[in-house]
Formats: sequence, C-alpha cells, structure tokens
Amino acid sequence: MFTQTPLVRRKQRNEIIAKWIFGAMAVAMVVPLLLIIFHLVSRAWPLLSWDFLVTNPVGGMRRGGVWSAFLGTIYLVVMSLCISAPIGVLAAVYLNEYARDSWFTRIINLAVVNLAGVPSIVHALFGLGAFVIFAGMGRSILAASLTLAIMTLPVIIASTKESLAAVPVSFREACWNVGASRWQTIRRIVLPNSISGILTGVILQVSRTAGETAPIMFTGAVFFKKIPEGDLFAYNLRDQCMALSMHLYTVTTQVTNAPEALPYAIAVILLATVLFANALSISLRVYLRSRKKW
Amino acid sequence: MVMTADSPGKKIEVDGLRLRYGAKEVIHGISFHVEPHEIFAIIGPAQSGKTSLLRCINRTIEFTAGTRVGGKVLVDGEDVQQVKSVYELRRRIGMVAPLPVGLPLSIYDNVAFAPRAAGVRGKDDLDGLIERCLRQAALWDEVKDRLDSLGTKLSGGQQQRLTIARALSHQPEVLCLDEFSIAIDPVTTMRIEDVLKELKNEMTIILVTNLVQQARRLASRTMFLWNGNIVEVDRNEVIFSDAPASKHTLDYVNGIFG
Repeated sequence: MFTQTPLVRRKQRNEIIAKWIFGAMAVAMVVPLLLIIFHLVSRAWPLLSWDFLVTNPVGGMRRGGVWSAFLGTIYLVVMSLCISAPIGVLAAVYLNEYARDSWFTRIINLAVVNLAGVPSIVHALFGLGAFVIFAGMGRSILAASLTLAIMTLPVIIASTKESLAAVPVSFREACWNVGASRWQTIRRIVLPNSISGILTGVILQVSRTAGETAPIMFTGAVFFKKIPEGDLFAYNLRDQCMALSMHLYTVTTQVTNAPEALPYAIAVILLATVLFANALSISLRVYLRSRKKW
Repeated sequence: MVMTADSPGKKIEVDGLRLRYGAKEVIHGISFHVEPHEIFAIIGPAQSGKTSLLRCINRTIEFTAGTRVGGKVLVDGEDVQQVKSVYELRRRIGMVAPLPVGLPLSIYDNVAFAPRAAGVRGKDDLDGLIERCLRQAALWDEVKDRLDSLGTKLSGGQQQRLTIARALSHQPEVLCLDEFSIAIDPVTTMRIEDVLKELKNEMTIILVTNLVQQARRLASRTMFLWNGNIVEVDRNEVIFSDAPASKHTLDYVNGIFG
C-alpha cells in the first residue's frame, strides 16, 4: 500500500533539498548584518560611552562626541515624518478608497511611482531650488525636512495603499449594504484593521531619512555647529543643523588625524538610532497585530 | 408604509432595467414587480445576473467601476436613482451576501453597526434592538452569553445568521437574500427558512437561490432569470407545475439543464 515508488523518493529528496537551500538563504541574510554590527562595535569600542552621545564635537571634530549631529538627525527625522506621514496616509486613503479608475488617478499613481524612483541627489537639488531659494527658507531644518518629506512621501503612499488594500473588500461591501457612508466604513472598519501596516510603513522611513546625506547637504545640514549640551530643544526650525550621516561623511573625508575609532563610533550611533526605530516598528506591529480581529 | 396611487400592490417595480459592465451588457432590459409581504424567489444558473440585479436595487452596483444602469427601479413608486439619500435607501433594503461576512468587531458591534451609522446612540435602544435582531436570525440563544466576543470567530453558519441579524438591524422594508444558504448546513437552513416565513409578515423578501426546491418551499412567486433575460415569472403553482409557459423553465426546475 505505502511502498516507496521512485516518484515518491524523488519528491522527498527534492523537498529536503528545497528546504535546506531556502533555509541557507535566510541565514545568509542575517550574517552580513551581524558581521557589520560586530565589526563596527569592536572598532568603535574605545570611544563608546554615554558622554560620547551627549557632548558636542570639539577640537576640529577630532574629540568630543556627536550631540549636535545626533539631535540634528532626530529633528530632521521627526520633522520630515510629521510632514510626510499625514499627507501620505491621507493621499493613500483617497487613492485606495475614494478615487475611481480614471485618467486623473492614473496620472497620480504614475507620479507616485516615478517620484519613488527619483535619486536622492535630485531631490536635494529640487529642495535647494524650491524651498531654500524660491520659498526663501534659506538653509534650515525646515527646508531639509521638507526635502526629506518629499523623498519619503511616495514610499509612504505606496505602503499605506498596500495596507488598505489588504482589508477584504467584502468588509466594505457589508458596510455599504447597511447604509454606511464611505467615511463611516473607513473610520470604523478599514483604518482600525490596517493601522498596523500603515504605521510600520511610516516608521520604516525613519531609517531612510536618518541615513540620507545627499538631500540635506544643500538644504540644511552643516559641517559643524555647537549647541547647548543636553538641551533637547536646542535647535530652531530656521537653524541649520548637523546630522549624523553628514557628520560621518565629513569626519571620514575632510578631517585629518581623527582618531581611528571616531567614524566607527558615529556609525554605531547612526545604526543604533535606525535599529531602535525599526525595533519600535516591529513591536508596534506585533502589538497591533495581536489586536487584529480576523 | 405609504403606497402611491400608480403602483398599488407593488413594493418594488423594475422597468426595462439594463446593466452594462463596460462594453458587456449583462441584464438586457427586464421588467417585473415584487408585491408587498411576499417572498419573491429569483432562480437561474450562474452568470444570469441575479446578484447584479439585487445590487441595482440598493445601488451598491455604483461601487463597481465601469457599470452603467439603464431603465428604472422603483421602491414604493420612487425611482432609486432619484432618492434624496442613497444611505436611507440602503437602510430600507436589507442585503445578505452569499458568503457570510462577520465584520472584525464584537458580535454586539456587528449588529449595532448599522443603527450607529444611522445615528442611534442610546444604549437601551441598541440593547433591545440587538436582542430582537439576533432572535429573529435564530442566533440569540447561541451567543447571548458572549456578545462581546468577535463576530469573525463564529462558525460559518453562525456568521451567516449574524449577517442576517445585521441586515435586520436597520429595520428594512425589503430583505434581499443572495444565496444565503450556500455556506450553511441543512438544519440551520431550515431554521432560517422558518424565520423567513415569519418575517414575511413584517417585510417583503427577495430570495435569490440556486436551490430550486428552496424557491418552491418558500416563495409565492418565482422568477427564472437566464443570461440577463427573464424566461418566466409567475406564481409558484405555475412555475413548478407540469406546464409552465416556457419549456426552459420546466427543464430547469426539474434539473434537466442548469
């Protein structure tokens, strides 16, 4: 009855091979990340301390810490997300829930896709022309945040649309059938069941915003700036600021005789900031996912 | 219920209804009416336009892109295309879809969804209404102790009865059931059929069904729809007799084709 035919044996063998190949690829994903973290932390070790985080760079950026750059990055990330998240999410709700398929919405969708493909240096030049010069903001946190916001907007729109589309259409139809308006349906059913995906998509943009150097180089970031240490409100939106990504670039290319551990330590702070945001996003997702109702 | 003079005894009147999806016409100008407090069955093979027809009545057809509706659907003599509030229209017409859809809310909130969307807020009002709807849908006894658990966690048959309770919660004048029994077992089906016979006293029921015998058991009149055309619409005594007007009808109800 259950004798092994050659076909069955071949199936079993292929199953085992497939499992190991896929598993090996999954492990291969993790190895580079661990190596990068290990390499960075071991090189940066002599400099890593709490003081490094909360003191300004001094001595031509060869000594001291990264406080003004760290705080600048936080400002840029928070400001740009405060601009791009509401606009992106609301635009995605419109595109996914209200818009009919017409030449107009097709153009919008095309624009979103193409905007996502624009290189960041082009965003930088646009930001320089539109915000710094034309709108008269000058090089400032505001102009840099707006530039970063335009860069992240299409990705937020795309990820939000995907989360909304994952809510089954049958839920919407059930609501419409009992006389609920589109907005009532969105507020009571669609948004509560897609919020975890929407927030994840938004928070994942933190890493992109924190890591980009090009868009802020012309629009608001400076080589060096001294701010009061330990004051979270040290920057004004019209100020220029330092940023970790830019600081790392400066220290590695422009500063001679810097301690060998310094660029690694800056990289560790940048990486830790990004990983912290990602961890936040993952735990938020797990939490909201556990409350999901279908 | 107010009946206008020009449509005595016609709860719903469909006049020359045409429906196109893009370039393809799926309903080819059909006319019929539904009398108040009757169970009106619509039978016919798949793709004959049964579900589309129901969606024309409560105008949810508008949510499908590229549809064009011609002709008229009148509810109580009022053209559905001309109604002041389409939401009010949809509340007057209860709709039960073929596959049960428990909204991702508690059982209580599932049934309270429509009244709340219509502005009912008082807890006492809602409590009474929800108990009545769940009782009418033959679900109350099974869920009365766990109204705050999720509607989506119920079994398929329970969810279908939840869907019916939700359709009743906005106190419709017309209840449209679109193949409500394909996801549930025969015993539950019979229980709901008993409920429908009682509900007939309060509202008009349109029953779309693939089960010819269900139409025969429940309806007073039956319409045979095929490829977007009415083959025959008549009293059940005629449709299910040995001599309906159309040979197609005879073949279909006897299972010779379809």
